[in-house]
Amino acid sequence: MSEQRDMDDLKERVRVALNNDFLRNAVKFTTEKLRKGKQAATDELGNWEEWRERGKQIRLQTIAHLDYYLSLFVDNLRAAGGKVHFASTAEEAVQISLKIMKAKQAKSVVKSKSMVSEEVQINQALEEAGIEVVETDLGEYIIQLANETPSHIIIPAIHRNRNQVAELFSEVAGEKLPADTTVLAGFARSKLREKFLQADIGITGCNFAIAESGSMVLFSNEGNARMVSTLPKTQITMMGMERIIPSWEDLEVMATLLPRAATGQKLTVYMSAIHGPKRNDEVDGPEELHVIIIDNGRSHQLGDPDFQEVLHCIRCGACLNACPVYRHIGGHAYGWVYSGPIGAVLTPVLNPDKGEWREVANASSLCGACYEACPVKIPLHDMLVYIRRRNVEEKRTDVIEKLGMSAFGKIASNHKRFRLAVKAGQLGQKFIARKGKITAKVGPLKNWTTYRVAPTFAQRSFRESWRQLDQELKQEMSLPQNQEIRQRMQEIIAKRGEKSE
Amino acid sequence: MNISILVTCLCDAIYPHVAESMVRILHRYGIPLDFPEMQTCCGQPAFNSGYWEEARVAAMTTIASFEDSDFVIAPSGSCVGMIRHHYPTLFKEDQEMLRKVNALMEKTYEFTQFLVHVLGITDLGATFPYNVTYHPSCHGNRLLGVKDEPYQLLSHVKGCKLIPLPFATDCCGFGGTFSVKLSDLSGAMVQEKVEHVMETEAEVLVGLDMACLMNIGGRLSHEGKNIRVMHLAELLYEGVKRANE
Ligand code: SF4
Repeated sequence: MSEQRDMDDLKERVRVALNNDFLRNAVKFTTEKLRKGKQAATDELGNWEEWRERGKQIRLQTIAHLDYYLSLFVDNLRAAGGKVHFASTAEEAVQISLKIMKAKQAKSVVKSKSMVSEEVQINQALEEAGIEVVETDLGEYIIQLANETPSHIIIPAIHRNRNQVAELFSEVAGEKLPADTTVLAGFARSKLREKFLQADIGITGCNFAIAESGSMVLFSNEGNARMVSTLPKTQITMMGMERIIPSWEDLEVMATLLPRAATGQKLTVYMSAIHGPKRNDEVDGPEELHVIIIDNGRSHQLGDPDFQEVLHCIRCGACLNACPVYRHIGGHAYGWVYSGPIGAVLTPVLNPDKGEWREVANASSLCGACYEACPVKIPLHDMLVYIRRRNVEEKRTDVIEKLGMSAFGKIASNHKRFRLAVKAGQLGQKFIARKGKITAKVGPLKNWTTYRVAPTFAQRSFRESWRQLDQELKQEMSLPQNQEIRQRMQEIIAKRGEKSE
Repeated sequence: MNISILVTCLCDAIYPHVAESMVRILHRYGIPLDFPEMQTCCGQPAFNSGYWEEARVAAMTTIASFEDSDFVIAPSGSCVGMIRHHYPTLFKEDQEMLRKVNALMEKTYEFTQFLVHVLGITDLGATFPYNVTYHPSCHGNRLLGVKDEPYQLLSHVKGCKLIPLPFATDCCGFGGTFSVKLSDLSGAMVQEKVEHVMETEAEVLVGLDMACLMNIGGRLSHEGKNIRVMHLAELLYEGVKRANE
């Protein structure tokens, strides 16, 4: 039963995370800070719900006509001198990059933060080809040294503290560095500066690609993206095919939404717009600009009514910060590079062939906090159910659960069977209930009673006592029905008629 | 006028006194209620686990149960949320059923919505001299938009001191089958909720959904904590009796 094994793998990852108090405290601390920041920034802006709706509409429009906007972007980018490549898979994206590296005889690469580059695992491929690659975003640099994937979309090293960072940096420095953030940041800065100057190629991601002009916009807080995109002679930008927005005007809305939702900042510290490679009269910028537009499972979502909206995501991380599950397990338990609610949707949706990641959609209580947090209103909580439904339809579920659910269907379709089932419960519990409580850790109850006391069935269900209650109330003198209330109710009923006419 | 109780399977089988409190409160305003016997469960456990065929069967039973009702009232924001938010999805390819779904959607109310918006009542004349904290359940709060109603009702209860629950809107970790499928994770979530409840030093925890209260209350008693856990309907009914004593 591979389904069972996949579920066990997920449980095991969750167990490891839950046993890591350090991780849980670190994640709690940072996500709480970000949530508070977001709340303050959106309160200050005012009309947040209207802004969200504007954001949603822009994404809706763009993704509905993605082919049009994408080709407009590509035409404009080519006109500005950029070289465009399409990669339908992660593997293709890697091959295209390696080809450019080879042509340039590149030995070293600097990178600014990019989730899609994590997705295609470009770092491993470059290292295998003997090319040095250095992440220049501080958080990414930390996890690169630790040989990990990001545990948060915008704060990749959310699970690490300065003591651990000091250890990692000390190894690189060859001497013991103190766990002092100023010293550590200073060390990283000087180390990275060396790399910037040496690098043959810079790899960046792309927050938004502007169709009307063929430009790409990068948001960063450390200014490293600017160095990556100006110092090396050749630049490669990797972008998911859905990063497009139609116009600069739309960017204004996105630049209002993204930093506020992500970190509670009014504006990102650096916003760089890249328009083609360096022109003759310009002093900086790459001589060659390659843009790799990556599909990797995205185009399959186009036209799928259940999942198309997942392409609206602007990778702000707000859903992670709001998620009570992410809060307890951090990012790595989700299995792939994307985590939190958006990860629980993207992972199975972009990787339909990877059975081991299907179960991650179960890692949610469906509380809807992700939807509420999302600046472009993606209904992640509904999508998680759609993935579960797909798993059921494709018969990728646990046998016991399946039997249970088919019994549920039979009981829920007929009140007589429902009554009998409750009766059976009332009788059956006699062996394990004490004073209206069940604490025994037996059979299927165990998963519940390990953490909680279970209630017992009532001695008489509501349906069993209804007739008596009804009669008692009918005999009792109730207040005559208040005329005002009666009228209100009649008006409500009348209004319904109007609506449907 | 037919005004019907949607008892919810949990209140029917395990917490009938909650539904009874709701009935007795409405009776005080002369609202005559009926209980369509055909009803079973709204189908949410199957829906959320991805078993839509089974969920559809349950939904059809629910829809048929209330065909003749003018108003349907349930002591659970989650079950009403299921009807209002998910029934249209379940039947999106069936025009005839969609028509019935729409009819049910517009007449179905969660208990506090019905009191505040339909009856226009926020002061029941209740007395309940305890320190109380309130947990807003996710589906009622987010799917259904029940936000101020319980606060309005509680603010008029004499003697009741409402203590804000830290991180109130964070999920308690129930999530239906989630609580047994990923039980360690659900256990960690409910433990955190319980810690927040304890921080308030309230004597009573009140809510609008017995599923969440079963989860939080179950954890509280597992930990030997002596906090009374009640549905708002119970609290209000007890408060009304107390005021009339
Ligand atoms: S799904 Fe929404 S909240 Fe989550 S990362 Fe994407 S845009 Fe942000």
